[in-house]
Parts: sequence; structure tokens; C-alpha cells
Amino acid sequence: MAKITYIEHNGKSHVVEVPKELTVMEGAVQNNIPGIDADCGGSCACATCHVYVDDKWFDKLPKKENAEQDMLDMAFKPNRFSRLGCQITVTDKLDGLVVKTPLKQA
Amino acid sequence: MVKTDVLIIGAGPVGLFVVQQLGLIGLKAEVVDNLNKIGGQCIELYPDKPIYDIPALPECTGESLTKNLLEQIKPFKTNFYLNERVQEISKEKNNWKIVTSKDKIFIAPNIIIAGGVGSFEPRKFPIEEAEKFENNGIYYSISDKNYFKNKKICIFGGGDSALDWAIELSKFAEIILVHRRKEFRGVGHNAEIVRKLEKEGKLKIKTPFQINSIEGQDKISAITIKDDDGKTEKITTDCVLGFFGLIMKLGPIAEWGLNLEKKHIPVNTENFQTNKKGIFAIGDICTYPGKLKLILSGFHEGALAARACFKLARPNEKYRFEFTTTSKSMHERLGVKKID
Repeated sequence: MAKITYIEHNGKSHVVEVPKELTVMEGAVQNNIPGIDADCGGSCACATCHVYVDDKWFDKLPKKENAEQDMLDMAFKPNRFSRLGCQITVTDKLDGLVVKTPLKQA
Repeated sequence: MVKTDVLIIGAGPVGLFVVQQLGLIGLKAEVVDNLNKIGGQCIELYPDKPIYDIPALPECTGESLTKNLLEQIKPFKTNFYLNERVQEISKEKNNWKIVTSKDKIFIAPNIIIAGGVGSFEPRKFPIEEAEKFENNGIYYSISDKNYFKNKKICIFGGGDSALDWAIELSKFAEIILVHRRKEFRGVGHNAEIVRKLEKEGKLKIKTPFQINSIEGQDKISAITIKDDDGKTEKITTDCVLGFFGLIMKLGPIAEWGLNLEKKHIPVNTENFQTNKKGIFAIGDICTYPGKLKLILSGFHEGALAARACFKLARPNEKYRFEFTTTSKSMHERLGVKKID
């Protein structure tokens, strides 16, 4: 389990325990956290699980693969801390991770 | 007005296969799709990507799968209404009246929604002013390239559509290609060609930038772009093109009184009927405990929904389960030559 904080665009925060091996996207969907659509179900094909990773955490995550980088081109208002939630797998090292959800996904 | 047994919304693999399932049991279907071609996500999102989990097909592509499904439904001579979206539905006695975006009317006892996750629409610029200028300076697709002759154009995006149009329009217009990072995606040599054109002074490239604001009263006069550090730059321009791919929107389906769970339609797994009698949902758009978004699941869902459609389309006939190997009536419908 890792404790993950999802902060909505309006500032409302949700702290949930996400089991290892799930993704940051699945952690949000399974806990009914608003702001993540995940249209494609987690196959890096839609860019609707876009999150902004907290700047203190961003460099601690495994690097983006090209497919994710390409998909992020289509995300709503991406910035340098943008990631797709479906491409971040939860591990013990991510205990305490903080991500923000964008105003909308598209 | 077209009377039919089943109106199918969505010409993706699942919509195509259910035509076959309906045809085998003697039901006629008409298919409406918002896209301009048949194949749904298979054709729009991954025509060349291999698919490995279609039963008995070790490997195929979205394109070949679509081609084979069309071959399989050939005997049923189905009409497709493309570039057309189902807009409204209403109940008329035992039928549904269906009206499309082109004001075409269908009357059918059954509707099967095989609409993926809705209809594809272009992703738009994330700033409010963009809406005001949409189709008046801001465009997400090009229908007549001559319109852009000798204009100053900012093209946003880093994929094939953005690069293709930057290359094409640079022949007769002033192009500035803007992308949020230095790397372009896009297949083949498009990225190289764009760099070469930049060197030759035939187009300009601005990276890493995103749109920040649009200026102008009745028409666009300039835009500002911003990089990751917040540095902005102003560019005078006549029009702005955005190519950020497509997004699926549920669209009018959301207004039909169907139960919804996060963009999906809950169904009864016995017949894939929704909360409305005669309206079925199959494929990616339906949801039920254990639902898998696999093409093969959609095929199964279609087979069951087709049988349920029979009851409403032929209330006075008894449905009999038959195999295609031995059923004479199925052979006739398939146009299979009789072997004595």
C-alpha cells in the first residue's frame, strides 16, 4: 500500500491507500476521485488520466516512455510535471505521492 | 424515412459483427456512424497496430479486421450512413423513431448502441477565446486548403496531421509551427521534412510553446504563446490550426434517458438491454460487473443482443437456435451454394 494524495483543480484533496501494482489512474478510479476520466481503460491511448505530479515527486518517478510523451501532446494544458496516471505504477517508494488533476481532461 | 428491424449506432468491429448476427437470424439492420469511414476506433486510432487477441486470428491489424468483417457481412447488403450522428430518439408505439444530424429518420423496434465511448471529436484549444473564433479563424480540420492561400497561419501540434498540413500549406502560405516540446512525433520523414523546410526558410518552428491567448475583435489579429517557464511571445496571424488528435464524447446519447455510469451504459447481461426496452448497448460503451473492453467481448454481447432484438422485431414468430453449419435458412441468407 502507498498513501497517495490526489488534489482536485479546486484544491479539494483526497488521500487514499492504493495497493502496490495498481496505477495512479486505477487508484483514482477505484476510489471515485473526480477529475480522471481514463476513457481507454489504461492503455496509454487517450490522455484522459492526465495529472500534474508534485514537483518534489516528479524526478522520483520512473521516466516517461515515448508513447506517454506522445500522448501528453494531446492532453489538456500539459506542463513539465505532466504525466499520465495509467503509466505510473504504485510501489512502496511512492508512499506519500502527491498529484494534482487538471481543470478537465479534454 | 427508413423502416428497419434494428438501427445500429457505430460502425466499429462490434457494430459490424452484430450486423452479421442479425442477418443470420433474418433481421435487417442499418448502421449510422459519426466518422467518415467504417471501422471505428480500429481505423481511427490504430489502423496499423497489430491486434493479437481476436479468436483464431493470431495477428491482424485494425484495418484488416475491418476489411474481413465487411467481407463477412457482404451477403446482408447493409446500408451505412457515415458522417452522420444520431441526434434524437423518441418512442412511437412499439417502435423507436430515430433522427440523425442530417435529418434522416429511421423507424425501428430496436436500437443497438455500439458506439465505443461515444463519437470522435477534435480536441480543442484549452483557452476560452478559442471558442469565440471557432470556424472563424480557428480550425481543427481543413476542408478546403485553398482558403488558406497567402494567409499567415499558426499550426499547433506535433503529430502527423500538424506536420502534414504544415508541409502542404507552406507551399502557398506563411506557416509557423508551434509545439509544446522540441520533438515531433509522426511517422516517416515528416519531422525531417519540416526541419529541412525550416532551414530553407519556408516555414518557422516555435518550440517548446503552447497557446496563451488570442487577440482580435471580429477576427483574429494576433496570438501569444507561452513556454514552460512562463515566457510569452506575440505572433500576428490570420488563422490558427489546432491538431491535438481526437477525443471521444458521449454526445447526444447522454440525453436519451438511459442510465449512465461514468460515460458508460449499464446493461442486463442476459440480453444487453439498457433500462429502455428495445435499446441495447454492446462493446466498449456498455458496462456490467466484470466487463472487459475487448473486441471479443463485444462480439459475444452482440450475439446475445441480436437474439433479443428478434423478439421485438418478430413478436409473432418463435426464435429457434440454429448453427450455421447445418441451418438451411442461414445458408440461404448467407447466399451459400447448395451442395447436394
